[in-house]
Amino acid sequence: MTDGVHNRARPARAPTAGLSGFPSFSAVFWIGLFLVTWALSTWSFALYKTFDARWIIRYPKKLEIPLDTWISNATNWLVEDLNFGFFTFRDVTRFISAIIEAPYDIMRSLLVDGFMIGQGQQAIDVAPPLSWIAIISIAVSLALYAKDRWLAILVGVCFAYLAAFGQWDSAMVTLASVLIAVPIGVAGGLALGIVAYRLPAFERMLRPVLDLMQTVPVFAYLVPILVLFGFGPVAALIATVIYAMPPMVRISTVALHSVPEEVIEAGRMVGCRRGQLMWKVLIPTAMPSLMVGVNQVIMLTLNMVIIASMIGAGGLGYDVLTALRRLDIGGGIEAGLAIVVMAIALDRLSQAFAVRRVRPHLDPQLPFHKRHPVFTLVVAIAVFTTLAGAYLPAFREYPARLTLTTGTFWNSTIEWINVNFFDSIEAVKTVLLNVLLLPVKRFFTGIPWAWGIVVVGLAAARICGWKLGVMAAAMTFFIAASGLWREAMTTVYLCSVSVLIASVIGIPLGIWAGQNPRANSVIGAMIDTLQTLPSFVYLIPVVMLFRVGDFSAMIAVVLYALAPAVRYAAHGIRSVDEELIEAGKVSGCTSRQILWRIKLPLAAPSLLLGLNQTIMLAISMLVITALVGTRDLGQEVYIALTKANIGQGIVAGLSVAFIAIIADRVVTALARSSQQKLGLT
Amino acid sequence: MERPVILDCRGVWKLYGPHTRNFLEKHNGSPTDMALAEANIISAVRDASVKIRKGEIFVIMGLSGSGKSTLVRCLSRLVEPTAGEIRFEGSDLLAMSENELIHLRRKKMGMVFQHFALLPHLTVLQNAAFPLDVQGVDRRTREEKARQMIDIVGLTGREDYYPRQLSGGQQQRVGIARSLVADPDLWFLDEPFSALDPLIRREMQDEFLRLQSMLQKTIVFITHDFDEAIRLADRIAVMKGGRIEQTATPEELVLNPSTPYVEEFTRHVPRAKVMKLRSVMSPDVPDGVYAGELSGNRTVADTIHQIDAATHPFKVTGEEGEVIGTIDARTAIDVMIGRTGA
Ligand SMILES: Nc1ncnc2c1ncn2[C@@H]1O[C@H](COP(=O)(O)OP(=O)(O)O)[C@@H](O)[C@H]1O
Ligand SMILES: [Mg+2]
Repeated sequence: MTDGVHNRARPARAPTAGLSGFPSFSAVFWIGLFLVTWALSTWSFALYKTFDARWIIRYPKKLEIPLDTWISNATNWLVEDLNFGFFTFRDVTRFISAIIEAPYDIMRSLLVDGFMIGQGQQAIDVAPPLSWIAIISIAVSLALYAKDRWLAILVGVCFAYLAAFGQWDSAMVTLASVLIAVPIGVAGGLALGIVAYRLPAFERMLRPVLDLMQTVPVFAYLVPILVLFGFGPVAALIATVIYAMPPMVRISTVALHSVPEEVIEAGRMVGCRRGQLMWKVLIPTAMPSLMVGVNQVIMLTLNMVIIASMIGAGGLGYDVLTALRRLDIGGGIEAGLAIVVMAIALDRLSQAFAVRRVRPHLDPQLPFHKRHPVFTLVVAIAVFTTLAGAYLPAFREYPARLTLTTGTFWNSTIEWINVNFFDSIEAVKTVLLNVLLLPVKRFFTGIPWAWGIVVVGLAAARICGWKLGVMAAAMTFFIAASGLWREAMTTVYLCSVSVLIASVIGIPLGIWAGQNPRANSVIGAMIDTLQTLPSFVYLIPVVMLFRVGDFSAMIAVVLYALAPAVRYAAHGIRSVDEELIEAGKVSGCTSRQILWRIKLPLAAPSLLLGLNQTIMLAISMLVITALVGTRDLGQEVYIALTKANIGQGIVAGLSVAFIAIIADRVVTALARSSQQKLGLT
Repeated sequence: MERPVILDCRGVWKLYGPHTRNFLEKHNGSPTDMALAEANIISAVRDASVKIRKGEIFVIMGLSGSGKSTLVRCLSRLVEPTAGEIRFEGSDLLAMSENELIHLRRKKMGMVFQHFALLPHLTVLQNAAFPLDVQGVDRRTREEKARQMIDIVGLTGREDYYPRQLSGGQQQRVGIARSLVADPDLWFLDEPFSALDPLIRREMQDEFLRLQSMLQKTIVFITHDFDEAIRLADRIAVMKGGRIEQTATPEELVLNPSTPYVEEFTRHVPRAKVMKLRSVMSPDVPDGVYAGELSGNRTVADTIHQIDAATHPFKVTGEEGEVIGTIDARTAIDVMIGRTGA
């Protein structure tokens, strides 16, 4: 992966040849670095045999830092022995569980289970759950309230799909956890964002933590949560909140900071107290941006649905996971689609709320039901259908004989594809494996760890200055010293191949979309849909078609990481100053020349930022593809999860995060320097 | 005739950069440009002193970046001055606690902003009522007062609009209504009309003068537009590079610029626009036929059509309406075309 970055770096950073015809220092540096790395990688095994020095290819076992053991021991101590005097650490975790469990139980009773008194056999029903008709009409009326009847139709169809395809109960379990996780994530994120806004010192402290949270693979913190909170919906909710909250913190801080200074001054001049300034001026003014954060939280929460089911969330995620494990194609796709449908409905709904036009005030003299006719109607429907459910089962549950299923359809489709196209699929797979994947894999996994540390340090230092060079070298050393060199290099290899392919496909698409409005609307819609899909969903068809292995992982990662490459390329092309293009036309450029000589060079920073995002998404997806059997760091984390081994999970997770951080810093620095060169800052 | 001083600001400095207080002390309160540049410190306001008197329109004029906004924010303590003394109605503004300051701003100060600074989620009515809302005034009372203000600024009928549904001029009217709803004594306006189109700007200036004749506030008005300044001001302070170059009436400023910079500024200003009748009239009042009376406080440019159209000279009157001199068409036209250098 680092190599991919360097190749891209050259045009942006350094003119290749000096005036005198000699290659510049920069070119010599990069080519030299690459050649040495390549040579060492190719002959590392031979070197080891010749000198009988096994340390060349394996970090010495004796010198490994047993950080994983330390972490595991520390956690054990925390859970078993830590005592604050009046209460133990266990009490704290129990307390947190209780706080989260109570509202979750209520929500679940409301949506699925109904309210009961007592336990098990003796339980007495007190009140039924909301009927499916009630829930659908609530969703539809929310859409109507937020936007217009078209959104109401979309949302109605989405929810009706859940009912008609027999996914209702699972979907409502998932919805219950979304409805609990989202408010906690939003409130927590906003609270931290406010503190960070008020205290710059806290913000400086928080930033690296957030960076780390967003780069550490989810699986890594599933392990400690599992140990601390036990298997179950509460643990799943906590993991979801931790995963979904960081963007909200960031967006809140940025949104508050971008409230115009004058508006704050206006608030101060009318004599607002601190609290009034925050709640009456800052937050309402920042509301549109904050709603973007809420949308993010919702999408990330849905993204976690499947992963969270690994530690005890039921619902749709659990259905997908079991289907995936049983290789039940139809079941997996159906439940996966249900998640997608729900994601689309909630995404559009929350986006509509973000840009909602405020309605004029209504005459307060009118009676309530005249002012809020839809609200009144919905309450009436909800009460009526829910009560009627006691006598008419059709109101309580969607009638089973009207349930549709597409499971068999998907099964036969995949079977048909496999029967008819097996050879072509297999051929493509073999060619790509032999031409691209395996050579790259050999290159990366061959690099001796010691040289790896040096080369990462040198490259980072050259691009971002010596401080980052030292930091990058230290992080690489950490990976090697944890005994994870080979796994890390496998991760790097898979990531770089996927990013390469995603860029090769995504950047031209983006350029096309940036120049052609018609293409833009089609590609934009496609990318939007891809982005709404929870990351796991990509795995289902891919595994069905290509079976487990590196190739499937690569395809899933490419699909997932494609979006930013397209988006940023399109954005970069589109935001080139119109005058420059006109200047080009006046100078007699063909449209080809305009693209290559004007638009692309100016879009370079944007392309680099897109590359950065693509890498980040690829890394986060890689961890998920561990499920399909790649032998990389993701697999390491996943094994730790199944064994509930905290130390192993955290160390492998940190290693992934370090790779992501190094890549992020390097590519961001490249983007910044190319921006400065173009005077775009 | 001297009116009481409401706001008295002496030797105010505002520096941006590291350790500005220490820096200022080290240089005995008046660092050189060199020292400032060396320490990487930006001086937004340097040694500014102004006295603002009750009921006057005091205009602070200067080019963009000359420190006007910073100075006016020091006067309202939105920005903490690095050094200096500010007294509001005799009490030390800089020594006030947060609570005293909040009380002061709620009851005695109002401010209008260049980019309106309206709250996007509130309607016109709610925006105008916002200061009272913050003070905890009950809804009925505050909306009634806000409606009155909206009526005064001429926005009746738009109470339920949101700011983004209004034009720039209308938005600033809301800003004005908001700044006046709590009936402040001291009214700050930071380039209130600069973001508006020229025609609207002119209309708003007239509106502003009309309001002031009704309300008689004490006003600190910021502008970068010298024409606007001489149209509105009782007195003008000209700022350059954070310093106040000269403080004077528009007339004095044009007639006796105290620095080359001010002179440069006023050179192209037609005298007639600033010259008051009282300073160009002839002091004797011979018997004869007069076309009428004109106030000595009006400018020549303002009255030239009237004077020129009449066949007889006018009497010029003082503050109390007493006759203090006369003016004829010839004198007025001389001033108009700049024949008599004053
Ligand atoms: N918060 C700040 N930090 C640093 N410099 C500032 C700050 N506020 C204003 N300045 C500087 O002070 C000078 C005066 O600014 P300002 O008072 O806004 O001028 P004006 O309102 O006359 O255009 C400018 O050079 C500006 O860059
Ligand atoms: Mg200003």
